[in-house]
Amino acid sequence: MRNTARKIYIALIFIFLYAPIFTLMVLSFNASKTRAKWGGFTFKWYSALFQNRDIMEALVNTLLIAVISSLVATVIGTIACVSMSGMKRKTRSILLGITNIPMLNADIVTGISLMLLFISFGIRFGVGTILLSHITFNIPYVILSIMPRMKQLNPSTYEAALDLGASHTTAFFKVVFPDLLPGILSGFLMAFTMSLDDFIITHFTKGAGVDTLSTKIYTEVKKGIKPEMYALSTIIFVTVLLLLILVNMAPSGKNEKADK
Amino acid sequence: MTSKSKWLSAPYVLWSIIFIVIPLGMIFYYGLTDKTGAFTLENITAIMTAEHAKALWLSILLSFISTLICFLLAYPLAMILANMKVNQHSFIILIFILPMWMNFLLRTLAWQTLLEKSGVINNILNFLHLPNINIINTPYAIVLGMVYNFLPFMVLPLYNVLSKIDENVMNAAKDLGANSVYTFFRITLPLSIPGIISGITMVFVPALTTFVISTLLGGSKILLIGNVIEQEFTQASNWHLGSGLSIVLMIFIILNMIASAVFDKDGEGAML
Amino acid sequence: MKKKNVKTAILTVSCALTAMAALTGCGSSGGENGEVIVYNWGEYIDPETIDMFEEETGIKVIYDEFETNETMYPKVESGAASYDVVCPSDYMISKMIENDMLAELNFDNMPNAKANIGEQYYEQSKGFDPDNKYSVPYCWGTVGILYNQTMVDEPITSWAQLWDEKYADNILMQDSVRDAFMVAEKLHGFSLNTVDPEELETAKNSLIEQKPLVQAYVIDQVRDKMIGGEAAIGVIYSGEAIYTQRENPDLVYVIPEEGSNVWIDSWVVLKDAPNKENAEKFIDFMCRSDIAVKNFEYITYSTPNDAARELIEDEDIKNSEIAFPDLSQYDNLEVYVYLGEEGDALYNEMWKEVKSN
Repeated sequence: MRNTARKIYIALIFIFLYAPIFTLMVLSFNASKTRAKWGGFTFKWYSALFQNRDIMEALVNTLLIAVISSLVATVIGTIACVSMSGMKRKTRSILLGITNIPMLNADIVTGISLMLLFISFGIRFGVGTILLSHITFNIPYVILSIMPRMKQLNPSTYEAALDLGASHTTAFFKVVFPDLLPGILSGFLMAFTMSLDDFIITHFTKGAGVDTLSTKIYTEVKKGIKPEMYALSTIIFVTVLLLLILVNMAPSGKNEKADK
Repeated sequence: MTSKSKWLSAPYVLWSIIFIVIPLGMIFYYGLTDKTGAFTLENITAIMTAEHAKALWLSILLSFISTLICFLLAYPLAMILANMKVNQHSFIILIFILPMWMNFLLRTLAWQTLLEKSGVINNILNFLHLPNINIINTPYAIVLGMVYNFLPFMVLPLYNVLSKIDENVMNAAKDLGANSVYTFFRITLPLSIPGIISGITMVFVPALTTFVISTLLGGSKILLIGNVIEQEFTQASNWHLGSGLSIVLMIFIILNMIASAVFDKDGEGAML
Repeated sequence: MKKKNVKTAILTVSCALTAMAALTGCGSSGGENGEVIVYNWGEYIDPETIDMFEEETGIKVIYDEFETNETMYPKVESGAASYDVVCPSDYMISKMIENDMLAELNFDNMPNAKANIGEQYYEQSKGFDPDNKYSVPYCWGTVGILYNQTMVDEPITSWAQLWDEKYADNILMQDSVRDAFMVAEKLHGFSLNTVDPEELETAKNSLIEQKPLVQAYVIDQVRDKMIGGEAAIGVIYSGEAIYTQRENPDLVYVIPEEGSNVWIDSWVVLKDAPNKENAEKFIDFMCRSDIAVKNFEYITYSTPNDAARELIEDEDIKNSEIAFPDLSQYDNLEVYVYLGEEGDALYNEMWKEVKSN
């Protein structure tokens, strides 16, 4: 009885979360332009989507910005974490406090503050400004996922490596880095996700003719929804689903081996 | 490591100063000056004028309601998920994160399509000869959009803390004669407070400051404080007023930060 | 040893930064003959004409869109985005002239602009560009009401019908300050350029009174919503009338009896435009009759290009009262003028009051 109630509850939330996405997917195959009536099954919006230069450009921009910004943020964040462990408690908490600002602050305030910065230093808005902004709000997510690992680290292994004659660099990459790796990876993924999903900060820091998917969708939505958008969302959803299933399969396969 | 660390941290410290501290300083500079550059508090006190106060109040109200609904929906869900058999974990969690990976605007766009007058829901209702619902372009639609978009942010931290609660503690309580209601209020709930706090923060702040959801689902009829600020920058080009109102907004966020710092002393956050 | 580590770290970061800087630089490399950055209204050009321009001239077009004159201005003013060609409306052009933001055009470089655009449109432009030095007309039209015959009880002829309770939740208003206030000002018989605080107060109160009846404040979405039957009545630019009627024959466009706004959107070149020469080439290309007629057929906004009008094949549209109204038969159409900084601030303030109410 209680189990059934639980299952029903999960199912309801599940419907709530997926009904809208499912609707978009169905509409992407609707031949009629208005969503009020079903005009038959078609793939034409998909071919229209791939012929739409603007959307394709935006897609490339989005991915490029997400990859580069999360990579740079991961490098900076990792170095910051390592260096912070040697700091005085007070300095560290001040620095961590500042780090957390872009994460806790409203996106709109972060976006505006960066816009003001770029304008007053005369930096031309473009892909570069979007990148700088994305790196900035990505770093906290990286630091946040590495920090707990940093605390679990046993400093004596590092010192032991040094005693055995390893250089600082070798000791770091052979001893510390492997321990941090899971944190670094999850930080990278987190940063990548945040960058992909961001609209507000990009909205304020983007330049002429440079669009990410988010800003493109925003202008499209304001002009009136085109069926190509439904096709796009279906493709994004299926891609993400496949990726997540793949990512999810990999570690579970390892676990099974370990169990044996 | 100490002497070396100083140098190692340089790039990051520099980055934080240029891209976090200085930009914030600029907001304060613009917010506290007028067009001639003279010091003024006018942009801050502008929040008291009828239209701004109204927008702020509406934002607080709607985001409060959304946060509450998110909490009420997410807590039982997180408990159920946390009690599930281990091998299903990752898959179930995946299912609840998945919508978060869809573009935020597309998700909101979906609701526009569903809720419109001749939208999908009304078509289905018509087909079933049921009365139509008409909540698009009302505050209800905005609350719905907020709950839909931010629910995963509430579920995840709650799930994280709840799944970490040691079952032995619960069993001990039961052995000592506590019933399930008592166990819940004396053990589960207090132990999950860090998760609750970070969940609330992660829902309340974006909901309070959004301008996208209100634009897309409110038909530009409903002005939230986020819309006011956005318009000051992108339409009225009054950066001073926009910055002043942003400072007011930040006060609310700082209050939120203090609250979470009090409850979450480790400074790690439970959101990851 | 220690130093080496520091170096590695700094090297990594600086590599990343250089890579980024390089990337930023690449972003603006342009075509073989440079580039031109165009800032135009949403859905206001046939994308094919841009491709044709790129092909014929080897100039890369970076194309960006704005929703209203009001969102365009701060972007251009802040200077961070450095556009070349912009297409603002009349009153915004005079504001930009007044603030010394526009470059004088050299019409010798633009033979098509000189030859093809009707003399009367240059005459009309003198209202905001007194010496015809800064702007080349691109489109013109009126603001009126589009209604769905099947959803209203009687023909719509007056702005007052936008206040009729019957049509509650079936009305679409324009989400831009001047157009929204124009409706209320005309309703009360005021000038649409009034800055009289009392008249504005009355207009504002009418808009607040109307707000519960309004389904949404929208801009480009009006046309899709009207085509889809989402609303019965919408305030719309005349240019959308032909397009929407083609998609949904039940729709009718009227200029209300109280009068309305007549507008011109013109190409201008910004004073600090990085590619002035290419900008003039672009404007001139858009004035070529075959290109202008292509654009007209795509966006269906009235073209001031007389040579292009001759090329329109469909006789009905060529002589259409909606596409090319005879303005002499209306005596209550007004052009927006720039109201000065104070006037703008007053309108913005009042608009915010309407929206937040």
